[in-house]
Amino acid sequence: MSFMEESISSLHEKIKNKEVKVSEITESAYQRIQEVDDSINAFLTLDESNAMSKASELDEKVAENGDQPLFGIPAGIKDNIMTAGLKTTCASQLLDDFDPIHNATVMERLNEQNIITVGKLNMDEFAMGSSNENSGYHVTKNPWNTDYVPGGSSGGSAAAVAAGQVPFTLGSDTGGSIRQPASFCGVVGLKPTYGRVSRYGLVAFASSLDQIGPITRTVEDNAYVLQQIAGHDDRDSTSVDVSVPNYLSAMEGNINGLRIAVPKEFLEEGVDAGVKEQIQTAIKTLEGLGAEVNEVSLPNSQYAVAAYYILASSEASANLARFDGIRYGVRKDGDDLIDVYKNTRSEGFGEEVKRRIMLGTFALSTGYYDAYYKKAQKVRTLIREDFNQVLHSYDVILGPTAPTTAFKIGDNINDPLTMYTNDILTIPVNLAGNPALSVPCGFSNGLPVGMQLIGKPFEERILYRVAHAYEQATEHTKERPAL
Amino acid sequence: MAKITKEEVEHVADLARLKFSEEEKEMFTEQMGKIITYAERLNDLNTEDVEPTTHVMNVHNVLRADEERPSVSREEALKNAPASKDGQVEVPSVLD
Repeated sequence: MSFMEESISSLHEKIKNKEVKVSEITESAYQRIQEVDDSINAFLTLDESNAMSKASELDEKVAENGDQPLFGIPAGIKDNIMTAGLKTTCASQLLDDFDPIHNATVMERLNEQNIITVGKLNMDEFAMGSSNENSGYHVTKNPWNTDYVPGGSSGGSAAAVAAGQVPFTLGSDTGGSIRQPASFCGVVGLKPTYGRVSRYGLVAFASSLDQIGPITRTVEDNAYVLQQIAGHDDRDSTSVDVSVPNYLSAMEGNINGLRIAVPKEFLEEGVDAGVKEQIQTAIKTLEGLGAEVNEVSLPNSQYAVAAYYILASSEASANLARFDGIRYGVRKDGDDLIDVYKNTRSEGFGEEVKRRIMLGTFALSTGYYDAYYKKAQKVRTLIREDFNQVLHSYDVILGPTAPTTAFKIGDNINDPLTMYTNDILTIPVNLAGNPALSVPCGFSNGLPVGMQLIGKPFEERILYRVAHAYEQATEHTKERPAL
Repeated sequence: MAKITKEEVEHVADLARLKFSEEEKEMFTEQMGKIITYAERLNDLNTEDVEPTTHVMNVHNVLRADEERPSVSREEALKNAPASKDGQVEVPSVLD
């Protein structure tokens, strides 16, 4: 049996007790990657020789550092998170040769914990997309059925965990980019509260929405990773100085008497019958565990996709202005400096990235700023107030993570608006800033369905408690794709 | 349908430092029109007395001590530059 089928705590015990070497575990990860990555294409870059030599070094340090919970655990990192000395492309041809000189704060923290970085994972270019079809390199496939997308933009991160290539990965979530692929691939994905995890070293897409978070096979594994990456960072002025609680203690509590709100808008038209059915079954399971479930309303959530595409694209148009082929990136020659910028950007960016830059530039341009950008910011306030109001009386909001299961590769790629509306249930949470978790809750037509749990800011623990109680009462996170 | 003209697409492309073929311009004119029309549903909401959200967490004026600290070396700063010369980034001449 591959070590990659084991939980982080089980691997940790074995490493600490010297039952198994870090180099054996690392080898096992690469072996699994070799077996299945031809079918799913989750990775963009593998770093085998460095990872193996790090593993041998760690084998000598077990006595000294073996108590660290992530010591020697292999991980894959989304390719928009800076890894010093390991190419970071954001799945863009424009950054094809980009070799970061810094580590992201999350990488510094994980490296201090002595994790093994096995490689960098595919994504939609600059995290813009919901299917991984916008990667500038290749399309990652869903491990449950390789004709289907893994979701996006952290599709590689979700697929790698589902396929048992690594026990955990990091993704980033701007409008659902951790939760939707976690849902499509049948794994656990957390978008932390905005400000909980430092964004330093995460290549910025929409700075007021982006958060890094863990993707794992179990709820407990997820808490192990968040524990290490959460916390204030001087280098990210939007990270919040709130103490980091013990997330693992959340696994101990029960959910008797817990108040769960189900927004009626989250089970309305547009949500597949098969998805609805699994969510309704999950609600019954949670009621059986003692939770009180009531229907509520988030009346403004129907406006979230429209507000999001204005705000996120506007921020992206500003953030991506730096990619001009001068200080980094693949430069394309031109007649003069402006022409160099234009050629570099036009040849380096893919179509979706250009579409968002265009939309954002339009929304911020003279004459349209108040009508679109400022209007969307005001609607964002209304959406936040909806969440605050419901969470004043409830502990958790529950619904599907995505309105459908994974769709077929090629099905939505020519219709941007349909693709955008696939994020209708995840986007409101980014606009509000709250934490949200996707946990597997069954299958519809052979593809995984994800249940989304949304909590109060900095209350990731309640999400873990509910998800863990649910996971223990069901078998869903034990299911594995046949690859 | 919001009226996005091809001329507007050309103007926005210039602001965004992007170049498009005729075919792409037509595609973006149509698609941006559709997306903007979709976004106009925001006008169904009365937001007259609503404050805009610029930032979701209550964090203001984050400052640090104005102290000297190590920075990036010249070599590192130039490591990813597509062209450099004499320890500086090389670009096409800006002035004739």
